[in-house]
Amino acid sequence: MTNLSIFITFIFVLPFLCHSFSPENPTDRRILVLLDDFAFKSSHSIFFNSLQTRGFELDFKLADDPKITLQRYGQYLYDALILFSPTAERFGGSLDLAAVVDFVDSGHDLILAADSSASDLIRNIAAECGIDFDEDPSAMVIDHTSYAITEIEGDHTLIASDDFIQSDAILGSTKIEAPVLFKGIGHSLNAANSLVLKVLSASPSAYSANSNSKLSNPPSLTGSAISLVSVIQARNNARIMISGSLDMFSNRLFKSAVQKSGSSNKFEKSGNEQFVTEVSKWVFHERGHLKAVNVRHHKVGEADEPAIYRINDDLEYSVEIYEWSGTSWEPYLANDVQVQFYMMSPYVLKTLSTNQKGLYHTSFKVPDIYGVFQFKVEYQRLGYTSLSLSNQIPVRPFRHNEYERFLTAAFPYYGASFSTMAGFFIFSFVYLYNK
Amino acid sequence: MTMAASETAKGSSLRYAFGNVLSFFTLLLIGVLAFSIRLFSVIKYESVIHEFDPYFNYRVTQYLTKNGIYDFWNWFDDRTWYPLGRVIGGTVYPGLTLTAGSLWWLLNSLNIPLSVETVCVFTAPIFSANAAWATYLLTKEVKGTGAGLTAAVLLAMVPSYISRSVAGSYDNEAVAIFALIFTFYLYIKTLNTGSLFYATLNAISYFYMVCSWGGYTFIINLIPMHVLLCIVTGRYSSRLYIAYAPLVVLGTLLASLVPVVGFNAVMTSEHFASFLVFIIIHVVALVYYIKGILSPKMFKVAVTLVVSVGLVVCCAVIAVLVALVASSPTKGWSGRSLSLLDPTYASKYIPIIASVSEHQPPTWPSYFMDINVLAFLVPAGIIACFLPLSDASSFVVLYIVTSVYFSGVMVRLMLVFAPAACIMSGIALSEAFDVLTRSIKFQLPGVSENSQINGGDTSTGIVVTENDAGKSDKIEEPAKERSSKKNRRKEKEHVEKVSLKSKIEKRLLVLPLEASIIAILLLVLLGAFYVVHCVWAAAEAYSAPSIVLTSYSNDGLHVFDDFREAYAWLSHNTEVDDKVASWWDYGYQTTAMANRTVIVDNNTWNNTHIATVGTAMSSPEKAAWEIFNSLDVKYVLVVFGGLVGYPSDDINKFLWMVRIGGGVFPHIKEPDYLVDVCWEKLDDKLD
Repeated sequence: MTNLSIFITFIFVLPFLCHSFSPENPTDRRILVLLDDFAFKSSHSIFFNSLQTRGFELDFKLADDPKITLQRYGQYLYDALILFSPTAERFGGSLDLAAVVDFVDSGHDLILAADSSASDLIRNIAAECGIDFDEDPSAMVIDHTSYAITEIEGDHTLIASDDFIQSDAILGSTKIEAPVLFKGIGHSLNAANSLVLKVLSASPSAYSANSNSKLSNPPSLTGSAISLVSVIQARNNARIMISGSLDMFSNRLFKSAVQKSGSSNKFEKSGNEQFVTEVSKWVFHERGHLKAVNVRHHKVGEADEPAIYRINDDLEYSVEIYEWSGTSWEPYLANDVQVQFYMMSPYVLKTLSTNQKGLYHTSFKVPDIYGVFQFKVEYQRLGYTSLSLSNQIPVRPFRHNEYERFLTAAFPYYGASFSTMAGFFIFSFVYLYNK
Repeated sequence: MTMAASETAKGSSLRYAFGNVLSFFTLLLIGVLAFSIRLFSVIKYESVIHEFDPYFNYRVTQYLTKNGIYDFWNWFDDRTWYPLGRVIGGTVYPGLTLTAGSLWWLLNSLNIPLSVETVCVFTAPIFSANAAWATYLLTKEVKGTGAGLTAAVLLAMVPSYISRSVAGSYDNEAVAIFALIFTFYLYIKTLNTGSLFYATLNAISYFYMVCSWGGYTFIINLIPMHVLLCIVTGRYSSRLYIAYAPLVVLGTLLASLVPVVGFNAVMTSEHFASFLVFIIIHVVALVYYIKGILSPKMFKVAVTLVVSVGLVVCCAVIAVLVALVASSPTKGWSGRSLSLLDPTYASKYIPIIASVSEHQPPTWPSYFMDINVLAFLVPAGIIACFLPLSDASSFVVLYIVTSVYFSGVMVRLMLVFAPAACIMSGIALSEAFDVLTRSIKFQLPGVSENSQINGGDTSTGIVVTENDAGKSDKIEEPAKERSSKKNRRKEKEHVEKVSLKSKIEKRLLVLPLEASIIAILLLVLLGAFYVVHCVWAAAEAYSAPSIVLTSYSNDGLHVFDDFREAYAWLSHNTEVDDKVASWWDYGYQTTAMANRTVIVDNNTWNNTHIATVGTAMSSPEKAAWEIFNSLDVKYVLVVFGGLVGYPSDDINKFLWMVRIGGGVFPHIKEPDYLVDVCWEKLDDKLD
C-alpha cells in the first residue's frame, strides 16, 4: 500500500521534475514566493499573473510559515525564490540566511524587494549579494527635482526615474519610454563585488534620508551613487534582482499615470510593468542565457580531432553558440567572439567568423613553439551568461624524421665529407700498394 | 739445463691454467657477491623502485617497452612541466633506459615473463657485478691479476657504490660507473697494446657512457689530462696516439648522436680540453716524425721555424676560443661544472643546485662511511703505482688525484672516487701480500729450491715485466709479449732469465718472518673490518627505499607508507587531466605513481618555472591562489613530517623555496621569512 502511494506520488511529481531547471532548458519553472501578508497576492497580482502566463508555477507562502523548505532529500524543490517580505525578521521552517545563500550558490535565482522598513534579515541577504541598503531604517530616497508629479504635493519620495542600464540583454530590445515609479529605500553597491550592476539608478539630485525628520547630518547616500534596482549575475550564472521598493511591483504603480517633474511629457501608464517584466525575464533566464556546444578542432583537410598537434600545423576551430529565448535555443548573433590559443599567455588571438546560424569558426597556424596549449573562449558580455570554454591540447615538436632530409645549404659539407672519404681511400690504396 | 727448463715450463703452464680457472671462479663469486649484497633492500622492504629519479627512469622505461624506441626518441611528455611540457627523448640520457629496456625485451623473447619493474629493480645489482669485473680488467692491466682480483672484490662491496646501486635504485649512475671503469680499462688496454681494435671498442664504450650519464665529461677531461701528462713526461709513443686520437674523433662523433648532448659535444667548454690535447698530440707526433727523418742539425732549424709559426697559429686559435667562450653568458660552462671548479659558485649564484643535498661538499665522516678502510690504503696504492711508474699506473694515479678533488666538491661524485679508491687499495693490498708472502716463502724451511724458483717466477713475473715497461727504451717489448700468444714459450724463457737475475735483488728486500706473519694477519683483520662495515652499510644505511619510511620506537617497528598512500589517493580521487602542484622533489613520483600532470619535477631545467612554484608556496593565500590558478592547478601536494619527526618535509625545504623564488621574483625576500634569530650565524655554526 505504501509502495503504491509512493509510486502514485512519484507519478504525480514526475511532470514537475521534468519541468525543472536544466542546462538544456534553463528557464525556471517552480518559484517560491514569500510574502509578509497574503494581501500582496492581490495588490501585486499583475506582476504575479504575468509570471504565471509565462508558464511559471508560483507557490505563495507567508514568510513565517513553519513549513517552508527549499530542498528535500538534497533536491531543491524550487528553481527560484521571490522574497516580497521586507519586514520578516526570520523565515519560518528551515529557511534562513545561509539557506538562501546556498540556494543561490547552487545556481538558482532570486528576486528580493525591500522597503524603507526592511528587516536585518533582508538587509543581510542583500549584503551577501554585495548590496548595502541605507543603514538608517527609516530613510527613503528623496529627489526634489525628478519626483513624480501627483495630485497632492508630497514629500518627493515617489521618484520617477528613467536612468536605465544600457543593455538590451537585461531590459529587452524595446525601449522603455515612460519613467519608472519608485518609492522606497536606496542602496549602494559594494566596491569589492564586481558582479553587481545598477539597473535603475537615482538622478544626481537624489539623496537618502528620513523625510519626516529634519536633516541634521549630510545624508550618507547621495546622487547617482544611489542604486534603486540592481542585478547580479553570479559566477555560476545564478541571477539576482534586488529592489529597494516593493511598491514598484504593485498594481497601483503599474497602472498609474506618470509625469516627471520638470518635464511636460505625461505618460498614461508608468514604465514599471515593462521594466519589471523585462528584468524578471532576464532573472529567470528567458533572455541572455548562452550555451556553447560542439567545440571542434582539427587539422585543415581532416575531420577527426587529433590527440596532439605538431608545431606549424594548420588547424580549424569551430564552436556553436545558442541563446535561450524562453522556449527554444536560437542562434546567437555576434561578431566579437574570440578564441585564444593559450599557453600561459595567448599565442594566437582570433575573432571567430560566423555563419549567422550559431556556428563560429576560424582557422590558424599553430605557433612555432611546443607545450600544452588550450583553446580558450572567454566570452563575457553585459547581461549574458559568461561562456568559458577551454580545451587542452598538447603541441609537440617535429619528430626526428620530419625535418628536411637534405639541406641545400649543407651541400658543401656533404661534398666535403664524401670527397674526404674518397681521398682517404685513394691515399690508402696508393700508400699500401705503390712501391 | 734444457731439460730442467722444459720441465719448469710444463709445471708453470699447469700452474697458469690452474690460476686462470681459480681467478675465473673468484670473479664469478665476486659477481655473485656484488649482486647479492645489494639485495638487502628487496629482502628488508620489497621489490620496489627507490627515491625520486628512479621513478622517472622507470616511467620512461615503461614508455619505451610499450611504444618502442622511435616513440621514445620523439616522446613529448605533456604531463610534466605543465604547460611547457618536456621533450623527454631529447633531454634524457637514454643509456639506462635502453639497457633495461633491451634486457626486458631479451628476457621476454626468451619467454621469461618478467615485469618491467622487476627488470628495473635488478638492473643496478647486475651492473654492479659488471663494474666489479671491469675493475678487475682495469687493475689487471695496471698491476696484474692479483691486484685486479683484490680491487674487484673491494669494489663489489664498497659502500659508496652500494648507496647508488642497491636493488631498486634505478638511476643513471648504476650503469654509468660500469661504463666509466670499462672505458678506462679499454683506454689502458689500448695504451698497453697499441691495438686499433681496442681503440674502437674504447670509443664505443665511451659512447655508452655518454648515453648513460652526464659524468662522461669526467672521462673526456681525464684522458686528455693523462695524454698531456705522458707527453710532458716524455712518454709519447705511437700507442698513446692510437689510444687517444680515435677516441676523440669517434667519441665526439658518437657523442653528438645522443640527442641530449648533440652539438654540446663540440660547443661547450667541458669538451674543449680534449680538442686542445688532440691538436697537441698531433703536433708532437709530427715533431717525432720529423725528428726521425731529419738530421739533428736540420731538425734544430725546423724546430725554430715551426715554433715561430706555431706560436702565431696558437695565438690565433686561442683568440678565437676566448672570443667564442666569452660570447656565451656562462662562459661556456654549465652551472654544475662551474660549481666543480669553484665549490662556492653554486651556493652563491644558483640556489637550485645548492638546494640539492647531493650537490653539497661531503663531510669527513662521510669519507669513512663511504670508503671505510680504503681511505688508509689509497696512499699506499699510490706509492705502489710509482714503483715502477708505467703509462697505466700514471693514469690510475691521475684518476685518483682528480676524483679526490671532485668528491671533495660534491658528495655525489664520491661515486667516481670510489672505484679509484678500490683500484688503489687493491694494488696496495696485493703488493703488500705479495711482499709479505714472498718474505715468508724465502725463509720457510723445507721448500725445495726448484719450486722456490717457480714460486718466485709466478709471483714476480708480472712485476718484472712492469719493471721493463718502466724503462722507456723497452716500451714496446711487454706489449708485444702480451699480444702474441704464439711464441709464448720463447717469451717464458726470456722472462725466466731476467727473473733469475733479479732474484738476487729480491732476496735483499725480504722482511723478517714474524713481522710478515703479523702484518698478514693485520691486513686480513683490516679486510675483515671492511667486509663487516660494508655489509652493515648495505643492510642498514643504504637500503631504505625512502618512499617507505620506518621508525623504531618502544613498541616496535613502525612503517610509514604515507607517500604511496598519498599518490594512490591522487590517482583514485582526481581527474586524469588535473594538475598537481608540489615542490619539485615530488614531481617524478607524482607523474609515475599517481599519473597526474605536475608543474615542476626533479629535472630542474626551467628555473623560472620552479621559481614560480616557489613564489606561490611562499606567498599569502590570495596571491598563491592567483599563481596556481594561472597554471590551472587544482591540487597542491604538501609534505608535512612534524607529527612523526620526518625531517625532510616541505617545512625543511621552505627556505629553499623562498630563495629560489626570490632569485627570479625579487618581491620575495628571504629576510621577510626569518624571525629575529640570526640564521646566518646559526648556519655557520651548523656547518
